[in-house]
Amino acid sequence: MNMNMNPNILVAAGIDPARAVPPHAAGTAGTPALSLRNFNFYYGKFHAIKNVSMDIQEKRVTAFIGPSGCGKSTLLRALNRMYDLYPDQRAEGELLFHGGNLLDRHVDLLDLRARIGMVFQKPTPFPMSIYDNIAFGVRMHENLTRAEMDERVEWALSKAALWNEVKDILTRNGASLSGGQQQRLCIARGIAVKPEVLLLDEPTSALDPISTAKIEELVSELKHEFTIAIVTHNMQQAARVSDFTAYMYLGELMEFGVTSQIFLKPARKETEDYITGRFG
Amino acid sequence: MNRRAWRKLVNRLAIGASVAAMAFGLAWLLSILWNVISLGVGELGWALFTQMTPAPGSQGGLANAIFGSALMVGVATLLGTPIGILAGIYLAEYGARSWLANVTRFVNDMLLSAPSIVIGLFVYAVMVATVGNFSGWAGIVALTLLMLPVVIRTTENMLLLVPNSLREAAIALGAPRWRVITSVTLRAARAGVITGVLLAVARISGETAPLLFTSLSNQFWSTDLNAPMANLPVTIFKFAMSPYEDWQRLAWAGVFLITMGVLVLNILARTLFKDELKR
Repeated sequence: MNMNMNPNILVAAGIDPARAVPPHAAGTAGTPALSLRNFNFYYGKFHAIKNVSMDIQEKRVTAFIGPSGCGKSTLLRALNRMYDLYPDQRAEGELLFHGGNLLDRHVDLLDLRARIGMVFQKPTPFPMSIYDNIAFGVRMHENLTRAEMDERVEWALSKAALWNEVKDILTRNGASLSGGQQQRLCIARGIAVKPEVLLLDEPTSALDPISTAKIEELVSELKHEFTIAIVTHNMQQAARVSDFTAYMYLGELMEFGVTSQIFLKPARKETEDYITGRFG
Repeated sequence: MNRRAWRKLVNRLAIGASVAAMAFGLAWLLSILWNVISLGVGELGWALFTQMTPAPGSQGGLANAIFGSALMVGVATLLGTPIGILAGIYLAEYGARSWLANVTRFVNDMLLSAPSIVIGLFVYAVMVATVGNFSGWAGIVALTLLMLPVVIRTTENMLLLVPNSLREAAIALGAPRWRVITSVTLRAARAGVITGVLLAVARISGETAPLLFTSLSNQFWSTDLNAPMANLPVTIFKFAMSPYEDWQRLAWAGVFLITMGVLVLNILARTLFKDELKR
């Protein structure tokens, strides 16, 4: 009975059960961009992430799902060491990126964040022009001429499907855009730095359905060039945009695998209960 | 009386009481303004701005006092603004909950509520008694000390109002801390910080006690900051307390000038960034 329900969910989520296992995403083939090994995270004494080991595949979309407080956002924020801003937060274990452990204290955080970018839940345009919003991050890492910068700004805004809407108002303040446009501006800002990995922390939770659809399209588009990790509360979204899905619960990685597999034939009862909406 | 009628009555009483309280405060304020304007505006004229403070019974103006006030308040603002903003940045962005920041905050709050005469006496002991004469510099230091805590407090408060998500977003792009502060957080808090500075300037431009012990006053035109310097508040104090009618009239003119200056600063602070403050 339970098993019978799953294909319906896939269909509802826009997945064709027939191509449920995309060949490129099968098994563990492919190159991991980021690897977690025995990864633990603490907020003071609270053990928020327990012993997670997993690979985030290069140029694929990996979705993190699970009920509120399960640690999925915490894990995402650890991947570019955002937690370093807060003295009582710490991570243990290994986070491998190009053979080095990113948790090492000697890692250059400015360089790390240029290579692993992040977009947050709420749109956060900087108090400056649309152009400068994009150029801000680029200026931190590269010395471009005016013409090169113009080109980069156009490239990033086009990638984020925003160029046509803002090309005539580049000098206007970023805050003057609508919520959905602001979030695409933030994505454009993130990719303008040309990172290898893009972390998206519930990027559509504050947006209307049309803006959400645009950003989902964008994610599918961007995975050809970037490795993407996305945290989402929306299971249909995970099913629609991701190649791999990780289900987390109470700080543990309960199940991780090819998205269609997780949605079609979850190995664990808990995963299935969450996905079918019986819990969470 | 049923519950609804009772609730309406209480509501009316509450509104009535608060409107009455507002009217009480406003009435005094308006009568002060009316007094200042009606008594001071008659003295306005070219002579007020070009002639020196006179001896009793002779013609004169407030030129030296206006210049002295403008110079001392100006230099104090130039000194106090950067120090105050930097200290505010330290408290909001770097120090946060550290013991040094907490001690600084505590001392700053004490300074903020310290009577200005205490500051005046302190600077007298340190800069006037040791050197042997009153000076413009001593006045500037006293005014700077009065201005600093206001600027520090408002800068810190305005920076703390900037949502943390904005900081995180800038840091996530690989921007170093100082860049995040100068380009993003300080810019987002700009309107509030500048308003704080303007209000601090308005505050020190009317202070009398700290200048009484530091720059004192000067009958003559002087640009020497190492010598006593004329200024509006002390001149007003001296002239208003005197038995001479012409001096009293000049005192009213001085009061008018300071009041208008403060009024303009306040209006400026409110209109300059009206749109930004609303957000």
